[in-house]
Amino acid sequence: MGRYFAIRIGRAALTIVLVVTFAFVVLRLSGDPALMILGPEAPPEVIAAFRKAWGLDDPIWFQYLDYFHAIAKGELGRSMRDGRPAIQLVLERIPATLALTLPAFVFKVALGVPAGIYAALHRGSGIDRAVMMTAVAGFTVPSFVLALLLVLIFAVQLGWLPSGGQDSWRHAILPIATLSLGGAAVLARFTRSAMLEVLGQPYIRTASAKGVPWRKVVTSHALPNAAIPTVTILGFMVGTLIAGAVVVESVFSWPGVGRLLVVAVANRDLAVVQCILLLVALTMVTSNLVVDFLYGFLDPRLRAKGAHT
Amino acid sequence: MTTPLVEVASISRSYSMRSGMFGRNTAVHAVDGVSLAIRKGETLGLVGESGSGKSTTGRIVLGLEPPDRGDVRFGGKPMAAPGTPAWRAQRARMQMIFQDPLGALDRRLPVAAQIREPLDIHGLGTSAEREERVRELLRAVELTPAHGVRYPGALSGGQRQRVVLARALATKPDFLVCDEPVSALDVSIQAQVVNLLCDLQAQLELTLLFISHDLRVVRQISNIVAVMYLGRIVEIGNADDLFARPEHPYTQALVSASPAPGRRSAGRIVLSGDPPNPAARPQGCAFHPRCPRAIARCAVETPVLAVVGADRQVACHLVTGPQAETRDAA
Amino acid sequence: MAPLISIERLSVAFNGVPVLRGVDLSLQQGEALGLVGESGSGKSVTWLAALGLLPRQAKVTGSVRLDGREILGAPAAELDRVRGGRVAMIFQDPASALNPVLTIRRQLCEALALHRDLSGEAVKAEARRLLDVVGIPDAKRRIEAYPHEFSGGQVQRIMIAMALAGHPDLLIADEPTTALDATIQAQILDLLATIRREMGMAMVLISHDLGVVAENCDRVAVMYAGRIVEEAPANQIFADPVHPYAQGLIGALPPLDGPRRRLTAIPGTVPDPARMPAGCAFAPRCSLAAEPCCVAAPSLAPISDGRSVACIRAEASRRALLGMAAE
Repeated sequence: MGRYFAIRIGRAALTIVLVVTFAFVVLRLSGDPALMILGPEAPPEVIAAFRKAWGLDDPIWFQYLDYFHAIAKGELGRSMRDGRPAIQLVLERIPATLALTLPAFVFKVALGVPAGIYAALHRGSGIDRAVMMTAVAGFTVPSFVLALLLVLIFAVQLGWLPSGGQDSWRHAILPIATLSLGGAAVLARFTRSAMLEVLGQPYIRTASAKGVPWRKVVTSHALPNAAIPTVTILGFMVGTLIAGAVVVESVFSWPGVGRLLVVAVANRDLAVVQCILLLVALTMVTSNLVVDFLYGFLDPRLRAKGAHT
Repeated sequence: MTTPLVEVASISRSYSMRSGMFGRNTAVHAVDGVSLAIRKGETLGLVGESGSGKSTTGRIVLGLEPPDRGDVRFGGKPMAAPGTPAWRAQRARMQMIFQDPLGALDRRLPVAAQIREPLDIHGLGTSAEREERVRELLRAVELTPAHGVRYPGALSGGQRQRVVLARALATKPDFLVCDEPVSALDVSIQAQVVNLLCDLQAQLELTLLFISHDLRVVRQISNIVAVMYLGRIVEIGNADDLFARPEHPYTQALVSASPAPGRRSAGRIVLSGDPPNPAARPQGCAFHPRCPRAIARCAVETPVLAVVGADRQVACHLVTGPQAETRDAA
Repeated sequence: MAPLISIERLSVAFNGVPVLRGVDLSLQQGEALGLVGESGSGKSVTWLAALGLLPRQAKVTGSVRLDGREILGAPAAELDRVRGGRVAMIFQDPASALNPVLTIRRQLCEALALHRDLSGEAVKAEARRLLDVVGIPDAKRRIEAYPHEFSGGQVQRIMIAMALAGHPDLLIADEPTTALDATIQAQILDLLATIRREMGMAMVLISHDLGVVAENCDRVAVMYAGRIVEEAPANQIFADPVHPYAQGLIGALPPLDGPRRRLTAIPGTVPDPARMPAGCAFAPRCSLAAEPCCVAAPSLAPISDGRSVACIRAEASRRALLGMAAE
């Protein structure tokens, strides 16, 4: 059992290192933070001093090692913009983001999974087609388009809801709706295909041939099997709780982690960007680990392999 | 007597398999000391259940997989090292047909183009000659040029297997390994392909290694039949004679298990126990736990193939037993 | 004697394409009927349709009577009592016939709870007994295992145990041994024969393998392209097949003993259900086909005691066969 964990955790750690390295390299190669933050008109000696202060003069491999050294000590650096610790900046924004992503996650599941199951059970029916059309529309329309569409209808035309800001719970409705609809569409499609796959399996016919009523065939034979692939996509969605709202936060001027990321990237505020990416990688990898263990719980074929030694 | 076209001398092949996700590695002896000789123009049938090692043997004979021990000689010469020109020349003389023709064909290419492919690869003939050869091959497998322009998906299972056969014959091979070539086909189509194989073999003087679990089909097409159980040959002999008078208890059970029209199931030998598991090979004779006639010696000592008649070798203590030893001693 | 089950004019179409084109069959209490035919002949569809196990898109017409009571189109609750209770079914592919995420106990007890008046410990005890009956060693412990922990032959035994749970009068075995090795196939057929003898159960054995059917059944029906083309006592159909297709099937089977002969392959392939030829579906492949064969499809007509055949050239075909034998 230890070996199983060790491999998975090792793989997770490697993923994080790769993500961080990639972000590091891309950010350093794509623009000079000193120029971005101080502006092109800044006097050369100010720029030189800024570079020296942040270690930007050192060779890139040195900066890279230095960065990892700092991470190992738990230091995630300071914002080049206002000098505050990057982690502090990011943590401040997390509650705002979760205020959108958590309710959105609940709605996605509550809407997408039943819609997918229903569509699969009534394959080819009018409702199935309607669900699928909505789902295709839901994930082909980019979230900023959907967001703008919702703003246009509910804020501009009807004037029911504010178009941006964070002053009351009413401000959260449109961003949450935008996030939920897209996610629900993906989930519905995924659940539907997982269910269809399972419903076509011989063991479903076996259950019917035993005289199990159809309702019970669905609940006790089909659903537990369809849950296995669906958990993968749910895990992925959990992984996007922290930083899955970049676009939506920007459109609705919601002061969450996503907006912080956009601003920090634009400014080449390296420590902040890297801190966010590290956090994203961590949540992604953790939710993937959880999914792996859930698999073991849901699928006895994997569990049994685990129990051999 | 001429030297056999294909000679296999005590080849063995084991895989390392991990039992489960965390298990320790165990060696699975897929093939264990198999020797065979196939004379030119003859067909050797290889029979056995899943896990008997018959397909692995076929792959080793073709050089698709190296044996751990033992060697394979083709036309009196050892197999050349993979990748060398000599190896390629040898490989053009031997071809393989599998059970699943759809898997062996490219769904996005018309079948005539796929039959032509080996000719292009081995650079045989001019473009016009290749075209002509493709037409000839289609005719040989009883298909028309109209079939040639179709895609594999538009052909029936039997027709696809004919295409695979035509492609295998493109380079005029001397030797063909057929691994369950008709098992996926319906009886009436199976008969068409079996007849075709028999005809082509006679016309082209092909040498065949015919691997199948179906005793009837194997007998129909083979001169010599070898029965495998858990990686070893337990009995080998003339096809008609072997099925008429099986000596090894396993062969007897197999023959008896093959249902015959007009016979009721009474008197059939039904073996107890599970199908053999190559990862847990029993000590002694691998068949002894399921053998209805096993004696104490079978659990300890592994029987070796011994000559028991003009045309038969059997690996069984009960058949060769003490008599065989005394015969040897005499 | 009133038949246990009788099927009349059963037809099935998928999206307007007919796959079953009027099947008549009946089975007496305790009888074993073999159903042979190649893939696509409709032998499995016949019984899936009879038990209402086809997807909704399938259009099923005709009549299926169990003890004289119509079950085709019966309400779901009534069908659920028939399935697994009066008529049980086992299938070909042992690897996927059992639910992979449920224990054997759950799946066995489910069937017992549905069809037997048992509760609590009694259900479990009966489940263990059934596993014993079908020869699963160490049933007490193994009952808590999952399907993937069993070999193909063992899964088929478990399927049989599940089928027996409701004390059915009829067992439909759909290619029960096709996916199994020869020696395991022999075990399963042996088990089925023993159980049938002890329980007096009727059985339909669906198989593409003539030998399997011949050895294990009293009566055999040969199907081709969605119809029954010949029906006869098992011992007679092999000695004296009348329908040219039945003759072809038998001739295509390589003999295991005696002299080798060239196989009499049936030319061509099974017709596409969407483009069925007019008249007899076998006519395009039949060496005896005459002009009238292509006009109207022949119906299954009795030719002697217990035998019927759907061929207008039956007499000619029989003569041809006798001629062959005389040579």
